[in-house]
Amino acid sequence: MTGLPLRVALIGAGPAAFYAADHLLKQAPSAEVDMFDRLPTPFGLVRHGVAPDHQKIKSVVKGFAAVAGDPRFRFFGNVEFGRDIDLAGLAAHYHQVLFATGAQTDRRMNIPGEDLAGSFPATGFVAWYNGHPSFRGERFNLETPAAVVVGVGNVAIDVARMLSLDAHELAATDMARHAVAALAASHVRDVYVLGRRGPAQAAFTTPELKELSELPNVDLVIDPAEAALDPLSAAELERANDPVLRRKVELIQALAGRPLAGRPRRLHLRFLVSPEELLDDGQGRVGAVRVVSNELVASGTGSLSAKPTTRRETIPAGLVFRSVGYRGVELPGVPFDSRWGVIANTAGRVCDPASDETIPGLYTAGWIKRGPSGVIGTNKADAVETVAAMLADAAAGISLHPSHPTAAEADAYIGSRCTRPVSFADWQRLDAMEVEAGARVGCPRVKFSSVTGMLAALDGEGGPPGN
Amino acid sequence: MKLENVLAAKGSRIETCALTDTVRDVIARLKAANVGALVVVDGERPAGIISERDIARAIDGNTDVPSLPVSALMTHDVVLGEPGDDVAAVLDTMTANHFRHLPVVLDGRLVGIVTTGDLVRAELDTLRGHVVTLEDQVMAGGAE
Ligand SMILES: Cc1cc2nc3c(=O)[nH]c(=O)nc-3n(C[C@H](O)[C@H](O)[C@H](O)COP(=O)(O)OP(=O)(O)OC[C@H]3O[C@@H](n4cnc5c(N)ncnc54)[C@H](O)[C@@H]3O)c2cc1C
Ligand SMILES: NC(=O)c1ccc[n+]([C@@H]2O[C@H](COP(=O)([O-])OP(=O)(O)OC[C@H]3O[C@@H](n4cnc5c(N)ncnc54)[C@H](OP(=O)(O)O)[C@@H]3O)[C@@H](O)[C@H]2O)c1
Repeated sequence: MTGLPLRVALIGAGPAAFYAADHLLKQAPSAEVDMFDRLPTPFGLVRHGVAPDHQKIKSVVKGFAAVAGDPRFRFFGNVEFGRDIDLAGLAAHYHQVLFATGAQTDRRMNIPGEDLAGSFPATGFVAWYNGHPSFRGERFNLETPAAVVVGVGNVAIDVARMLSLDAHELAATDMARHAVAALAASHVRDVYVLGRRGPAQAAFTTPELKELSELPNVDLVIDPAEAALDPLSAAELERANDPVLRRKVELIQALAGRPLAGRPRRLHLRFLVSPEELLDDGQGRVGAVRVVSNELVASGTGSLSAKPTTRRETIPAGLVFRSVGYRGVELPGVPFDSRWGVIANTAGRVCDPASDETIPGLYTAGWIKRGPSGVIGTNKADAVETVAAMLADAAAGISLHPSHPTAAEADAYIGSRCTRPVSFADWQRLDAMEVEAGARVGCPRVKFSSVTGMLAALDGEGGPPGN
Repeated sequence: MKLENVLAAKGSRIETCALTDTVRDVIARLKAANVGALVVVDGERPAGIISERDIARAIDGNTDVPSLPVSALMTHDVVLGEPGDDVAAVLDTMTANHFRHLPVVLDGRLVGIVTTGDLVRAELDTLRGHVVTLEDQVMAGGAE
């Protein structure tokens, strides 16, 4: 697999695409990689998902930037698959196409009232506070004293923390300036985070919980009765003998029942409760959430699930975020498995879901391949698996058969489809402008949050970031 | 992590056989598909599971095993998983009860099969993912 020309298009510029590019360029000396993203900015959820007060984790992009420095790598930002470029065009210019478009939408709770005003997916809130250009116009009614976050994954914890930080704490992060301003004026003082199962099944990781417990202006409230393990969970914990899980349960129990310190905000971490209905306040807005208490039951496989009891309560809240998972979106012309919300694939090779036959030259990696789970580094082994399949196929002569397989011809194609592709060098200029603007106000960066603002800045006609 | 995350990248083919098949048919299928077990289906409903091990055990006796109907050797009380089941709990149960293949159903319909190998790998990939994330951070100079 050394001498063959191999021109690869990567769709998406998140962690999965960068890990794939890295492995491809290292393993195949003849490979050339063109990476596309619908946004002018690279790095996917590292920029628009990872919480703005978690700057250290964002340092992983240094490794991605090193990949982008390879002369066989090119970045085309502001080029969307399905809008600007399509499968037929790519098939004419590349031997292989890898889709790493992540999970672009949210899962629903499927309960009455879910579409009332004041009820939002966490996905939109996260994208808004992180300055994603498609979400800068969102409005969240932060005039309410109480908010509910449904789900106890790490995203739910991020959302709860962003709702609970003080204005000066937010201003010190790279949160989008529009979000800092809106959250600074927030009336929310009580945030309820609802887990439908118990502490031993909580999806968040222990450091994230510890961080919540150490917020200076927030009392973390956990009911000892809800933190206690039911017999099934206790047995599971015993059997699993998993020190990571044990430590999480121990921390939850240690925090439960801690006396309140009278801090200005409260974060209520609840277990064994499910929202049943979002109640209308009489004006078409969420006024409260009716929740039911659950008990855990074991299925034949030993997995514990929530079963509603007859105990109900109502939590008054004008704002609800469902943080029950992300979901992949179908791309035009690319087979989709709607059961799991992923591109239909076998270990990264795209396949026809009806026949299970693989489709030569098409591949997938990351959240759009295996579903919206896992941290940044999980995408590495995942991408390496897919790249191994790509290289094996290329060596066996299995690929698309491009009629125009040169970089110059690809340039002409992209140029004919998109008026202003953004290169990696362009991005580095935007990056420098953002960091410089941040230095002036004492935060890591001030993000551009509109595509027109970014393009104008690149062409020397725009204002500073933050617009 | 849930079983659906494991199924997502496994394609849509599920190796099955019919309740009326013979063990001979089953052996041929196991060989052709290079798998260790088949879900025995009655229409869309999983009626049992037959593994290499079930056949190996039966060969011990002296009956004409290949001519037997699959129903004579299959496990009838097959444990079924659901896409929302937790991988860790399922893996514990499979290990404790010594079975290696788990048919997964959604609304009563068979949607996939996972093996202990799939689940161990998924757990390993999760753990490695955390290590890679931490290492990438350290290498980039971002950790404390
Ligand atoms: C809110 C949140 C916080 C997180 N925090 C952390 C954390 O602190 N630490 C951690 O390790 N992990 C974290 N994760 C997980 C981590 O972000 C993911 O594992 C990872 O980003 C998934 O990578 P991906 O490349 O598959 O998708 P993504 O990162 O989503 O990248 C997909 C890219 O594809 C682009 N794209 C989509 N559609 C198209 C199209 N049609 N044409 C062109 N481009 C397209 C998108 O613009 C995006 O840039 C977090 C996830 C979320 C949701
Ligand atoms: N700091 C970090 O490292 C960080 C930050 C953010 C995200 N991430 C990663 O990104 C991935 C995605 O995170 P995520 O939080 O979106 O997903 P997640 O970890 O899968 O959590 C989803 C949560 O929603 C709950 N849920 C699902 N359906 C529900 C329903 N109908 N009603 C009530 N609750 C429901 C789940 O409970 P059940 O378990 O009962 O289904 C679970 O608690 C995870 O792997 C996460 O670790 C990491």
